[in-house]
Amino acid sequence: MNIHEYQAKALFEKYGVPVPRGAAARSQAEFATALAQLPEGPTMVKSQIHAGGRGKGTFTNGFKGGVKFCADKAAALAMAGNMLGQTLVTAQTGPAGRRVQTVYFTVASDIKKEYYLAILLDRASSRPVIVASTEGGVEIEKVAHETPEKITKVRVDPAYGLADFQVRDLIAALGLTGAEAKNAAKLIRNLYTCFWETDAAMVEVNPLITTPAGEVLALDAKVSFDDNALFRHPEITALRDLNEEDPKEIEASKYSLSYIALDGNIACLVNGAGLAMSTMDIIKHFGGTPANFLDVGGGASKDQVVAAFKIILGDPNVKGILVNIFGGIMDCNVIAQGIVEAVREVGLKLPLVVRLEGNNVEAGKATLAASGLTLVSGDTMADAAQKIVRLVA
Amino acid sequence: MAILITPTTKILIQGITGEFGARHTRLSLDYGTQVVAGVTPGKGGQHFEHQGHRVPIFNSVAEAARATGATVSAIFVPPPFAGDAILEAVDADLDLAVAITEGIPIRDMIRVKRAMQGRRTRLVGPNCPGLVTPGTGPGSKGGCRIGIAPGYIHRPGHVGVVSRSGTLTYEAVFQLTSKGIGQSTCVGIGGDPVNGTSHLDVIKLFNADPETHGIIMIGEIGGSAEVEAARWVREHCRKPVAGFIAGATAPAGRRMGHAGAVIGSHEDTAAAKIAIFRECGIEVAATPSDMADALLRSAAARGIKLS
Repeated sequence: MNIHEYQAKALFEKYGVPVPRGAAARSQAEFATALAQLPEGPTMVKSQIHAGGRGKGTFTNGFKGGVKFCADKAAALAMAGNMLGQTLVTAQTGPAGRRVQTVYFTVASDIKKEYYLAILLDRASSRPVIVASTEGGVEIEKVAHETPEKITKVRVDPAYGLADFQVRDLIAALGLTGAEAKNAAKLIRNLYTCFWETDAAMVEVNPLITTPAGEVLALDAKVSFDDNALFRHPEITALRDLNEEDPKEIEASKYSLSYIALDGNIACLVNGAGLAMSTMDIIKHFGGTPANFLDVGGGASKDQVVAAFKIILGDPNVKGILVNIFGGIMDCNVIAQGIVEAVREVGLKLPLVVRLEGNNVEAGKATLAASGLTLVSGDTMADAAQKIVRLVA
Repeated sequence: MAILITPTTKILIQGITGEFGARHTRLSLDYGTQVVAGVTPGKGGQHFEHQGHRVPIFNSVAEAARATGATVSAIFVPPPFAGDAILEAVDADLDLAVAITEGIPIRDMIRVKRAMQGRRTRLVGPNCPGLVTPGTGPGSKGGCRIGIAPGYIHRPGHVGVVSRSGTLTYEAVFQLTSKGIGQSTCVGIGGDPVNGTSHLDVIKLFNADPETHGIIMIGEIGGSAEVEAARWVREHCRKPVAGFIAGATAPAGRRMGHAGAVIGSHEDTAAAKIAIFRECGIEVAATPSDMADALLRSAAARGIKLS
């Protein structure tokens, strides 16, 4: 689960990670009250959406820049009106963009130098890894590719926690000394505690900055959480912003379906994540384009299949459907009955290819054949994929 | 011969009285697996009954292992308590703990994995279908089935299968069995980013097992486990290996069902892993329908018989 920058910074403050003073506003009426909490002077106005590249983004009304510097609070007040309620398109949002529902005002900090700091899971060692770089404010992937020597990684032993020597190594790698070193050490320690205690999947501060006064601040904040651990963090779960999620994905999650929209025209309905991914792949392999990832899970009840069909058909680009079920333990006949009922209930007009395999498959195929529905049966995944690709071509 | 488990392996089920655990305990008993004990704290002294089987239930893993000689545990405990259940199996010095549970917090698994260092227990999973060593009875009955895989699709033989995905494993096994090619052992290592046994661990075991003549390795986007295994195969494996990677069409940064199936960089895409498979002499299946055939091609090229 992702949260907004202003929410992440509130979390940082709770853990003693210094951030520039800021206040969020959700309506024009709240602009003045939010700004009243900040001192007079240079102010940043920041669009709050769950996507990177905001500063270089463009609003669909033509206004450029989702993050703006303003010389004073009056200018910030006027600027915020250009962003709130508008749709911001960035390199990460896709062409549809995201509607800005919250604007965040912060004190514009004096920047001496920008750095990069992040904590995430290192899969190879099964440990948290702290990543730091002297190259801040730019894409870290670019730094990793072009100047890997400018990136330092510290893996934390979960049995001991972040050790003092590791903090010293990070500070040295960033080239910080004196008051800056002391402040950065405290920030790194507190950020690690924040990561660990909240079951974060990733915390990223880009840039982390030093100021002429010797302060070290998180100028930006990107935090995501491990969905599996949300059950023990109700205060974090409450930060979820459904406006940032695809309504079809939200609907799917109500039925324990795992759905992700893609931009093709062949929808698929599959049991199992690996099989669902490779069903998308095989559609592409035979010249089609998948419209979605959809895993109905191991159980796949009739209700789930009906819900899945409705969600798939909510995508106007869909021109055909491929159902691929390997019913290992599940009775294929029960699934076949679910498909027949679902197709009748939604009044399906599009081509449908069904590949069923596994337990009691003959009865399942007989049910499909006797249903009178105009569906096509596929024997193997390859056969089924080729058939649906032909039917939508 | 097989790896990790044989038809005589004695297993216990943690979470035997839950709906999920009970259902698959019945299926394992039907398959002929030696399920000798169940563990549910607070229900010690009761029995799990199914068609003439009477499996004793214990309050703790240590007690169950002592009383019955069980050496392997299958864990069906719900996610908030599953990390603790794994540690209990480790503390009882079992040979193998197989965590079927999906949805264990990553932080719990980080701590569990650290706590397992230096201990004798091997962990398979979590978020996995488990293992099957097929038996010689009808529908491969009489084998050892740990977890949730359909037993009847197997056939005893000489191909080892290792995979992060349950249904793709069944797909591969079904193709093999349909062609009359049996399996030594099939191992589902699970779809989580922090897991116990890796592709490489299993491939080393298959390579050392004289009864395994060929290997199918199934992976997906995210992480570098398949790459690590492929590089080892190039240097050390003398057996034909076929591979498949799911997720060629997955968008970057999205979790594709499995917690670990997410593209993090240009190095963990399907295309990158497939390229390394090819470099390492692994016969790549063009589609999931091609997995068994890919292994047959690789075996034929080396003059090795699989059935």
